[in-house]
Amino acid sequence: MSKFKNGFFLFFIFLILYLPIFYLVYYSFSSGNNIAKFENFSWQHYLNLFADRRLIGIVLNTILIALISATIATTIGTFGAIYLNDLTRPWAKNLTLTLNNILIVSPDVIIGASFLILYSAIKLHLGFWSVLISHIAFSVPIVVLMVLPKLKELTHSYIDAAYDLGASSQQVLTRVILPFISSGIFSGFFMALTYSLDDFAVTFFVTGNGFSTLSVEIYAMARRGISLEINALTGIIFFVISIAMVFYYFVLQRNKKQKRIN
Amino acid sequence: MAKFKHFLVAAPYYLWIGLFVILPIGLIFIYSFHDLNGHFTLNNYLNFFKNQTYLLMAFNSLCFAIIITFISLIVAYPIAWIISKFQNSRDFLILLVIMPMWINLLLKTYAFIGIFSRNGTLNNLLASLGLGRHQFLFTDIAFILVAVYDQLPFMILPIYNSVITINHSLINASFDLGASKTQTFWRIIVPLTLPGIKSGVQAIFIPSLSLFMITRLIGGNRVITLGTAIEEHFLSTMNWGMGSTIGVILIIAMILIMLLTKESK
Repeated sequence: MSKFKNGFFLFFIFLILYLPIFYLVYYSFSSGNNIAKFENFSWQHYLNLFADRRLIGIVLNTILIALISATIATTIGTFGAIYLNDLTRPWAKNLTLTLNNILIVSPDVIIGASFLILYSAIKLHLGFWSVLISHIAFSVPIVVLMVLPKLKELTHSYIDAAYDLGASSQQVLTRVILPFISSGIFSGFFMALTYSLDDFAVTFFVTGNGFSTLSVEIYAMARRGISLEINALTGIIFFVISIAMVFYYFVLQRNKKQKRIN
Repeated sequence: MAKFKHFLVAAPYYLWIGLFVILPIGLIFIYSFHDLNGHFTLNNYLNFFKNQTYLLMAFNSLCFAIIITFISLIVAYPIAWIISKFQNSRDFLILLVIMPMWINLLLKTYAFIGIFSRNGTLNNLLASLGLGRHQFLFTDIAFILVAVYDQLPFMILPIYNSVITINHSLINASFDLGASKTQTFWRIIVPLTLPGIKSGVQAIFIPSLSLFMITRLIGGNRVITLGTAIEEHFLSTMNWGMGSTIGVILIIAMILIMLLTKESK
């Protein structure tokens, strides 16, 4: 009985959690131009979306920024974490870690505003580069936090053994350390990607007039009022994420089973 | 020798700390003492603490953040608890909580413009029930609801993570020793999940103080928070000095929250 009640409660919660998303997707198929009334089923808004060169360009920009910034941030963050983990003096370690975490806990507006001051001080033109650099900057600390726990699991005897067996420090890095922490690096990369795709506030501050990412564009469109093109876009994003989720879930389950067998 | 090589590969990381952590905070601090012409002044701070509008805004912002965080906490806690009860399907259920986090925040907020607007779904529903049309968009309640909706997963996840680590024999022991359900909840379960509650509060309270996107889209220009004020000073009125001052105050508030919710070792 209690299980039934719990199930009902969760069903209700998930209904609310997904209602706004389903709502957007539902009206994306309406032939009308507003969300007051669902008229006829139509693909019209999807066709408009695909014909909108500017919006497609913005989507591609957003993905490009996310991929480049996540790659660079993962590289900087991984080596940072390896060095940080090797620090022997506790104060140096704590200080670095504190400085590392500042951007994670800072409100987006502060990051955005302070980066804007920084770019104007060094006279960096606002646009693609300022957005890319900002995304790298706020993704680095999360990569470090994802990689660090893996490094802590890596006992020093492995590294000592590698050195004893005659490995150079480069070989130790590429053959021992990096493979061992690879899952941490992947989750760091993945988080950096998510942060970048999701960011609105920081980008809003540091993007100039000519350049826009999806979040900033949706904000501008939403301030002008309802446009069912945004709904169609939600439909596509939801579809892609659903597939990714199903895929992720099965990988997760398979890994679990393998762990059980081992 | 090995150390030296390590430092070279970590150089970009330390460069990053210098350029994007220390320098920006330093700059925002310096700018908070600048007037519109770039001269040194204390007026920004005097303005903030003398001017009723700024103090009222800071107070409002604080109240909203407390309400949003509190509602999120009391909604998220039972959700996290119940999900943890489903031993077999909880991985899947928590994935359902994570999934909306991947839908762009702007899109979710945009959905509520449609739901709450004057000719929107909620009003259509009320009108068809004969309850008339009401103003929902641009009200405080709409703002709070949307802010809670957008941030709820960030509260559910850390609480869930600490709930699943609870050792059930502790709860059984509490019952065996004669504790009531309420006692067990407040004396055993809450203290055991405190780390999760603390990180959830951290994850919601600070962003709530500085929201400006939801404020603009759902709160109209009626709800003004510290975040909206900073955005306005930086991007509309171009008074970076005053904007930085509010920023410094926000940073101080943030440090206070961090200290209050710090993990006790």
